[in-house]
Parts: sequence; structure tokens; C-alpha cells
Amino acid sequence: MEEDKSKSENPLKVNRRHFFSQLSVGIGSLALGSLLIPDLFKGGPKPLASQPLGIPHFAPKAKRVIYLFQSGAPSQLESFDYKPTLAKRMGEDLPDSVRNGQRLTGMTAGQDKFPLMPSAAKFAQHGKSGAWVSEFFPHIAKIADDICIVKSMHTEAINHDPAITFFQTGSQQSGRPSMGSWMSYGLGSENQNLPSFVVLTSRGKGNSQGLYSKLWSSGFLDSKHQGVLLRSGKDPVLYLNDPDGISRSDKRHLLDHVSSLNKLHHIETGDDEIESRIAQYEMAYRMQMSVPDVMDIKKEPESIIKLYGEDSQVPGTYAANCLQARRLAENGVRFIQLYHQGWDQHGNLPNEMAGQAKDVDQASAALILDLKQRGMLEDTLVIWGGEFGRTNYCQGNFDPKNYGRDHHPRAFSIWMAGGGIKPGITFGETDEFGYNIVKNPVHINDFHATIMNNLGLDHEQLTYKYQGRRFRLTDVAGNVIKDIIT
Amino acid sequence: MKIKAIVLLILTGLIALLFAFKSGLFKAVDDEYVSQKLPDVVDYNFHIKPILSDNCYTCHGPDANKRKAGLRLDDEQAAFSELPENPGKFAIVAGKPNRSLLYQQVVSDDPKQIMPPPDSQLKLNSYEKKLLKKWIEQGAKFEKHWAFIPPKKADLPQNEATNWGENEIDAFILEKLEENGLSPSSKADDHTLIRRMSLDLTGLPPNAAQVRLFLSNSSEDILEQAIDEFLASPAYGERMTQVWLDVARYADSHGYQDDSYRSMWPWRDWVIHAFNNNLPYDEFLTLQLAGDLMPNAGMEQILATGFNRNHPITQEGGVIQEEYHSYYVSDRTNTLGKGILGLTLECAKCHDHKYDQLSQRDYFEIYSFFNNVNEKGLRMDAVQAARQKYFADAPYIEISDEETAGVLSFINKPEGEEVKVMVMNDSMPRKTYIFNRGAYDSPGEEVAPGTPDIILPFSENLPKNRLGLAKWVTDEDNPLTSRVFVNRIWGMLFGKGLVETAEDFGVQGSLPTHPQLLDWLARDFVEHNWDIKYLLKKIMLSATYQQSSVATEEVKKADPENRWLSRAPRFRMSGEIIRDYILATSGLLNKEIGGPSVKPYQPPGLWEETNAGGNRGVLTTYVADEGDKLYRRSLYTLWKRTLPPPSMSIFDAPNRDICEVRRQKTNTPLQALALQNDVQMLEAARVLAQNVIAEIQPPNQWVTTVFQRILIRNPKDEELKVLENYYSDALDKFLKEEGNAEKLIAQGEYKNMETDPVKTAALMLTAQVIYNLDETITKE
Repeated sequence: MEEDKSKSENPLKVNRRHFFSQLSVGIGSLALGSLLIPDLFKGGPKPLASQPLGIPHFAPKAKRVIYLFQSGAPSQLESFDYKPTLAKRMGEDLPDSVRNGQRLTGMTAGQDKFPLMPSAAKFAQHGKSGAWVSEFFPHIAKIADDICIVKSMHTEAINHDPAITFFQTGSQQSGRPSMGSWMSYGLGSENQNLPSFVVLTSRGKGNSQGLYSKLWSSGFLDSKHQGVLLRSGKDPVLYLNDPDGISRSDKRHLLDHVSSLNKLHHIETGDDEIESRIAQYEMAYRMQMSVPDVMDIKKEPESIIKLYGEDSQVPGTYAANCLQARRLAENGVRFIQLYHQGWDQHGNLPNEMAGQAKDVDQASAALILDLKQRGMLEDTLVIWGGEFGRTNYCQGNFDPKNYGRDHHPRAFSIWMAGGGIKPGITFGETDEFGYNIVKNPVHINDFHATIMNNLGLDHEQLTYKYQGRRFRLTDVAGNVIKDIIT
Repeated sequence: MKIKAIVLLILTGLIALLFAFKSGLFKAVDDEYVSQKLPDVVDYNFHIKPILSDNCYTCHGPDANKRKAGLRLDDEQAAFSELPENPGKFAIVAGKPNRSLLYQQVVSDDPKQIMPPPDSQLKLNSYEKKLLKKWIEQGAKFEKHWAFIPPKKADLPQNEATNWGENEIDAFILEKLEENGLSPSSKADDHTLIRRMSLDLTGLPPNAAQVRLFLSNSSEDILEQAIDEFLASPAYGERMTQVWLDVARYADSHGYQDDSYRSMWPWRDWVIHAFNNNLPYDEFLTLQLAGDLMPNAGMEQILATGFNRNHPITQEGGVIQEEYHSYYVSDRTNTLGKGILGLTLECAKCHDHKYDQLSQRDYFEIYSFFNNVNEKGLRMDAVQAARQKYFADAPYIEISDEETAGVLSFINKPEGEEVKVMVMNDSMPRKTYIFNRGAYDSPGEEVAPGTPDIILPFSENLPKNRLGLAKWVTDEDNPLTSRVFVNRIWGMLFGKGLVETAEDFGVQGSLPTHPQLLDWLARDFVEHNWDIKYLLKKIMLSATYQQSSVATEEVKKADPENRWLSRAPRFRMSGEIIRDYILATSGLLNKEIGGPSVKPYQPPGLWEETNAGGNRGVLTTYVADEGDKLYRRSLYTLWKRTLPPPSMSIFDAPNRDICEVRRQKTNTPLQALALQNDVQMLEAARVLAQNVIAEIQPPNQWVTTVFQRILIRNPKDEELKVLENYYSDALDKFLKEEGNAEKLIAQGEYKNMETDPVKTAALMLTAQVIYNLDETITKE
């Protein structure tokens, strides 16, 4: 078992084959040299100086990430970016000087007017920090001093698929590894019995957009870094449960026989991959215990249920997933990705958004408080936000009680907490229309660079060579936003 | 035989030891690379260019916009020129490393001088520095990139050992083995060999009759006969198609967020037909790239062009179609690059290629071939499309009973139904511009269709359309097409190509381990009229292919990656082959060919949890099929891009959003769970147990029979003992727990036979032990 441990801790030592796939990645010169130099590969797997992973690159502030992704793009104007000007100039057309050539989606490109629409939700300042939070989020308002609100996020994408893909993989188009996979690749697992990157999904009643497995795909990285979807039903991990009629000890008995035959065959063939297969079967066996155990929230005391809200007892809800996320974090999962669908309010925004906010408000705040009371907020980075913002003008009929907003990539808000992020600050500013950023813009690449930084990873150094190129999560850009780091 | 092997082994060991001494392996060293011996003659392509490319080209390579200090190292003339920012100085002076700034700066200690600069995170090791020095001393000769030089058949190497080898391939392999102090393994045993060949050519285990025939026949050409039989089986076309579907990014859904249904499966039926008819590879490509433009193009030729409509198409509301249109055209361009030419063309979309001599202009010249299709993107959102059964975006062809009764008889279409398949046409000529930074809304200079001269000049006689492009691609002087294909076939058989980066034959890709063999195979393939079956047979008749895959400790140490092929590879089968294998060995496999894709078992709720809510589109809820549709080969499993069949994804299948030519072969706990608990697997174990109980007497033959059916060999005594013990333990258990036996054998839809539940359950679990063995899911 000693050996097993080193395998799971060092992402490069999984097996020999894997080791060499890494090797050919890091050092093109070696591959070429060995053409004429026969003894280059002798001596077994020994790390070489030019190997890319000297990790962590510096002392990490966070050990893990919980990303509360609000899929569909919640409006910044009804949540964290308070714009009284919109009320004052309600119904006026968005000035061209403000729009300044911004392209529009096909949904509002046909509108002849872009009437400014104020927030239906009232705003107030909260905490010592005086952060503006709307009445849709009363619980998040109470943790204002624990979080850092970034009001100056921006992206290039204006449609859901490319925009979510951008946030999750650093590229608008499919094919790159998810950020969770990058973290798993860079940092490995803290746990032998659970995957290092897991995904939990839930859906509100609001207008919703699909999710895709590519969002948690490992792209060109080894597929063991792929996110594992944890589900609320009988099989939290696909194929986790044994069939009816088989007990735990029956399974052990079966596996022991599989192993002993595999061992015989290992001796015969000399293929060490068989040893690795035996180890994977053992891990699977352990997962059959550890996953249901960590997913079992029945052990949580009443006070915790109360903190997260009644929904936390209903499997598959956002609240249950938040509680689940904390348990997974406690058990050493490196990257916990939640998605809550339903934030795409092209119409009926005040109602739908109130409903969506109700789904997530209490549990999001509870997660922060819970981590804090356990002393885990220090090294757990929590992120809350969607894929872009929404327009300051109305989509569809102009009705202050029932309006919609289209997609807006130029400025939107997210918040982060814990894991080396400064608490109780608001970063970045938009203009009085909430349309353009006027101070401290944060691009998705910067956001990724900052998260990586807090995990002890230099976003320019964590690379993987594929198709001849050294790929990074941040592609060729990204600056760490030092002002929001403790 | 055994003594011979031992002598060989000792010899190998001695030689290895000698090498180790000679190269200073036992000396104390201060740098991992110091002890490496420099080659007598430094080769530009194999030694120098990889160093320059990996470390220098980003700033001193083909990309004119990012070039620093006016220095360009990928081009001979430029590399020897006077440095514009350093008059009187030169990066390279042939024969004079001390006057070559390139070398001076590479070995400099001054952080302001040293190259690559420290902030690049790149660094040359001592060996690389010495290589550069020696190369300059020897005259700093440049050469065209190896993959851009047309392949030639070299003379067969004369090797010391003369008692091994079946054909030309072996001469090349043996040469490298000898160079590396290795020797080939003995031939694999007959059981292994027939299983290997069957898996490679049909993706299925051999059937009992084939095994019997093969083992009982000792004639010299029995191997050849077996290969011919596998090649003639319809399963061959399915097997080859399976691999091509990854290249062609085939799916039954449109991709992107709503990811609704599309009907491209008749195109897939055509591919099966093409492989089974052994359509030469050049024609196979020409039809797919430009079938519609061929003289007298008929339905079949047009159908083949569905290849270039297999890319994802968005149905998201509010998209700017022009943006997505540019994605579609790029996708075709990139697929030509990765799938057919082995080039990372997409790297030249936003700027000149950083490593290969491909400009952004080159990219858009190729792009323009694919830019004339009268397509607007899906004109309906998923909801409307579902209502109106709008499953194909124009242009498309409609296939009715008339066609399937005639020219398209190979399509397995349900009678009476019409099906639309998206195809290519050039009815909407568009101007193509170089997009600044690759952005669709930032057009620059206009370009005309063309191909990079560095690969092969586009002949004046060719039309400047996709047909001309296809002719250029399949020109026998095109240095890439044949190499890339034979390399992939090699990779299919050996687990990895002679060029490991099958997707990248550019300067940053891996170099071939056996360049002369690759070239010989490529030429031979073209000389034999691009005959795919010929190519497969050629490789499979080599002694190299027929070696045993057993790896001794010595040989593992000497060549852990098995680069030199002193043994046959041993690797896990793909998810599709594993599932098909289990269906076939259990007796459940439904051998129907082609037709609309099917929905076998899938864990419930997967589509429902991730869809866009409600009933947006067709593929929002998963309802498994019934009856024999549950047992079709895996290439017919309905492929939804945003959530591909989990039993395939878990085994490293790509999602088919983009062209892929190489799958990983990982080994994970999720695979272990799928093999143990997927109902498809459990049901197969149950049905196999019931078949054996019903067919075989006496009962003491049951375990042996199950073993034989799954592993296509007899169990060894020790194995049989373990399994017999297991079976009797299980029998004891279920005798005490009859209820659990009943529960266990309730797995799957397939009718339960009238066999004793206790015995069935015990034998089913025994079958499960065998299905979960590494050997079962491995090609040996």
C-alpha cells in the first residue's frame, strides 16, 4: 500500500506507460537523441531536470476550490452592481457612445430601441465593508464582509456555450481541459478513495441552458483528471453499486479471485500495466464505500441542516450540493464544481431571478459560514458566478415589473471567498450605466491566473505539450490580480 | 528453441552491459546529459531542428509578426544572413561556433545574453548545446522538414541476423533492434495470434469455427488464409469505420448546448460499405472531400461528402450565424489538417504557424476551398426542429426507398421512411479573407484557394475547388497523406504509430522511430494503389507483428516503451471493442449491419440531468431501445456529443466535437466499476452462463467452457483451480441464498432461460471474474 500512496500523490508515477507519455511531452530533445543513442531509456523512470512539474511553484494559499457556477448568467444589475442611474434614466435609449460598437446577439439585434431598465430588486449596503447587495440575496448580504465582489469581469463570448466553455476551459471552443482537470494534473489528489475533481449539478425553475460533459472533460490531459459527475440518485458515481444479490463480502471474494488470476498473468506476460489494473480495481472497491459515505448527509446535525436550509435534505438540490461540497472538501477532493442551471432571464426576469436567488442564496452563504466555523475557509477558495452579464437595456416588452435582459459580455459581477482572497472588498467598477468597465477590469484569463496563483501554481509554468504546443489554462494571456489576494 | 532463447537473452544482456560501460552509465556524472554520446554526423532534421523549434521558433521562427531581432532560424537563407540589429554579426557561421551568435548566446552565463531568455521557462541541456556546436562545426547544413520530403523506398538493410524475418518490414525493424542491442521475440502462440488478428481486423474475437480451423491446419499459408477470411468478413468494415468515426467527428447530434438529433447515419453506412469493398484510400478521400464535384456524381458520391458536414452546428438562440459559419469552415480545414495531412493547421488560423512553415495565408487559402457551401446554420431552434422533424441542415440529400433499392442499396434504411443527410455543395461561392487574429468580424486581405507550396505545389492543371484539393491531397507525390495513413494503421495494430504524434507530422511532432520503414510502407501502399487491405495484410504477415507480447525484465529495462518492437505490444482494447467482445463471447451480439443508431442500456437520468430543461429538442430524455437493438455493435450506439455513451467515454472515447486521431489508453477505477456493474456486462455474464449450462454436459466442463469462450484458449491448471474453487464457493453461497441467486440473474432484458437459478448465478459470477480479467480486455 505504501507504493499505492506514492502513485496517487505524484501525478507522474501512475504507471510506467504514463510516465513515458509525460516524458516525451517535456523534452523533445530526448526523443530525438534516443534515436541514435540506445541507452537513453535505460535505468527506469527517473525524473529529469527539464520536467515541467516542479510543483507547487510557490507556497499555496488554498488547497482546494469549490466553484459555484451559476449557469445561464445571472444579472449583475439585480445582484451586486447597483446602478441608480438606470432608474433615473429609465426608458431612455442606451446612448451609442456607451454601447460603442458592442455586437449584439440575434435575440436583440432586431430591436429598434434599447431602453434602459432599472433593477426591480432594491439594493442596500451591508457589513463593515458597505458592499451593495440586492434584496434577492439576503443571506449573501450577511456574509458581505467575508467575500470579495468583483464587479469588473469581462469576456468575449456572447452566447452560452462558448461563454461557459471559456470559463471552464480557458477557450471558447471545445477541446481544452477543464480548469478542474488542470488543477488535478498540477496538484494531484489528497485522497486515495475519491476522485480529485468532482461535478455536482442542480437546476432551478428559471429559463435554463444545457450542460455538457466537455465542461468537465480533461481534454488532452490524461483522462484520470476528468471530472467525475456525482449524482444524487442510487448511483452517485456511474456503475458504483453492485447488482442485487451480491453482498460486500461477495464482491471482495470476487475481486480476490480476479486479482489472483491477474497476478498469475502478470508473471506470465511481464506487463506491469496489470499491476496498475489490480490497483484500480482496489480503488474502485474503496470508492464503493467512500463515495456513499461522503455523500451521506444524514449524519449532519440539525444545526447544519438549518444553516443550509431545508432544501439541503432534498437530494439533487443546490443546497444539498453545497452541503455535499463541504463534505467532499473535508475529504480532500481538490476541485469541486457545482452548476446551478436556470439563470437565463431573457424575459420575466424579476420573478425568475427571485426564484433562482432563493435556490442558491442561503446555501451559498451557509457554505462560507460552515467552512469558516471549521477553519477551512482559509484554504478553500469558493467562487460564485455565471458566464457573462446581462444588458442594462430591456429585451422584449418594456415593463418594469416583467422585463428581460439579453447577454452582455463587457461587464459582470462574481464573488470569491477564502483561500487567499481578501475578504470584505469590492473590486472593479463599471460606468453609471453598468455597461462598461471603468476601473480594474478582470478578464477570464486573469481570473484563472489568480485562482492558480492561490493554489501555488504559476499559470505560465503549468503547461502541457500537445500537438507541438505548450498549452496553458490561460492560453497566452492572464495576469494575477494581486489586489484581491491576501 | 528454449535454449536458443536463453542464449539470445544472455547475449542481449552482455551487449547491454557493454553499451552501459561505453556510454559511461557507471561513471559519476554531474548532469544527466553529460554522458550522452554525440552522433558522428549531426542530422539537421533529427537532431537540430527539434531543439531550435522547441526553444527558439516562438520568437525566431515562421511567425513574422512575433519575430524578434529580425532573426529567423527556420529558414536557411535567413539564418545565415547578417543580423539586422547587429551589423557585422551572424547567428550562424558555418564551421565557426565561436563566431556564431546563436551558439554564443545559448552557452552564455549572462542572464541578459542567454538564450532562450530566462522568462521563457526554456533551457537547453548540455547535450543539446554540444549538438548545436558540433552541427555548426560540421557546416550547419539545413534540410527541408522530413515529413515534407516525399517518401522513397530505401534499400532494405542488411542485418547480421539472417534467421528472422518474414518480409521487408522485418528488415527495418531488425536493423534498429540490432543497433539497440536488442533481439526480436519468438512468435506468439497460435491462440494469441488468431485472437490478435481477429481483434485487429474485425474488432471481435474469432468465432469457434475459425479457431478450430486455424489450430487444426498446419499449412504454411494458414495465417494468410485467416487474414483473408477476417478481411472478407463484413465485421471488417465495421471495425475500420469505428476508427474513422473519430477522425470524421461523427455524431448523431448537432452538438452545442441543445444538442438535438441529426440524421447522418446513412453516411456512416457508406463508410462501412466503402471499407468492405476495399475502396482505395485515395478514392475514399476524394469521395469524402469532393464526391459532389466528380464528373457524373451520383447519390453515392454526394452522400460521401457528408464527411465534411459532420461537425457540430449550433442551435442556440441568438447566435450570430456568420461567427458560427466561420467555425464550421475552420472545422473542415482543421479536420483536413489533423485527420488527413497530420498537420496542426489550426495553429495558423490566428497568426503564422509558430513552428511549421505554414502561414496564416496558407490557412485561409485552404479554408477557402470549404467556404462555398450554401449553408446558413440550423434555421430552427431545437424545439421547432423537433416538432418539424428537421434533422438535417441544408444542403442535404433525401434518401427514399427508391435509392435504397438501387444505387444506395448498402444503406440499412427502415422501409417507407425518408431520411435527409447533410452533404457538401459549392452553390454559394464566397470571398475568403484572411481574418485578422482569426476573428470572423475582422477580415483582411482576400485570398484564393490554394495549398502550401512547401508541401507540394498545387498543379496548374487542377481545378481550384475541392476536387482539385482532393487530387492534391491524393497526389502520389504528396509527402503527407500516405505517411499519415500508414502510420495510423500501424498505430491501430501496434498501439502507437511509428510517429507517435499521429496528429502532428510537423516539426514539433515526434520523429519517426523508424523513418525508413515509414517511408517504405507509405510508398509501397501507394504503389499498390492505396489498397488498405493489402497494407494491413502486409504488416500482419511480418514477423514483427507476429511476435509474442511477453516482456522479460531485461527487455523491459532496455526498452520500457517498446519503441524498438523487440516484442509485440500488449494494450487495452477500446471501449467499443470491449463491449462488442463481451456481447460476442456471451452469444448476445446482433450482427445486423448499418441503419439508424440505437440506444442500448445507459444509467438512467444522465440526459435529463444536463439537458436545458423541459423538452428542448429530441435528445433530452433517454429511453433505451428494446429487444435485439440492445445488442448491436457499439459503432451503432447513438452518439450525443454533449453526453456521449458513458461506457465509451469512461474508456477514453473523445466526445466527437472535433477530429481526433489518437485515443488515450488509461487505466482507471471508473473502468473497473463499469466492467463490474454495467447491466450490459452483467447480462452478458448471465446469458453466457445460461447458454453453457443449456448446451454443455457434464457440468464439470462448465467453468472450462466459459473460460474458453471468453479468452479463446484453454485455462491453465492453476487458473482452472482458482476458478473451480470460486465456482464451488459461489454455488455454496447461493444454495444458502436462493433469493439472492434469483435477484442476481434478473439482470438485463434478455429472456431468462430455464436453467437452475443457483447454478446460473454461480456460473454467472464465475463468468464475471473472467470478464474482469486484464487479459479479457487486452489485445495480447
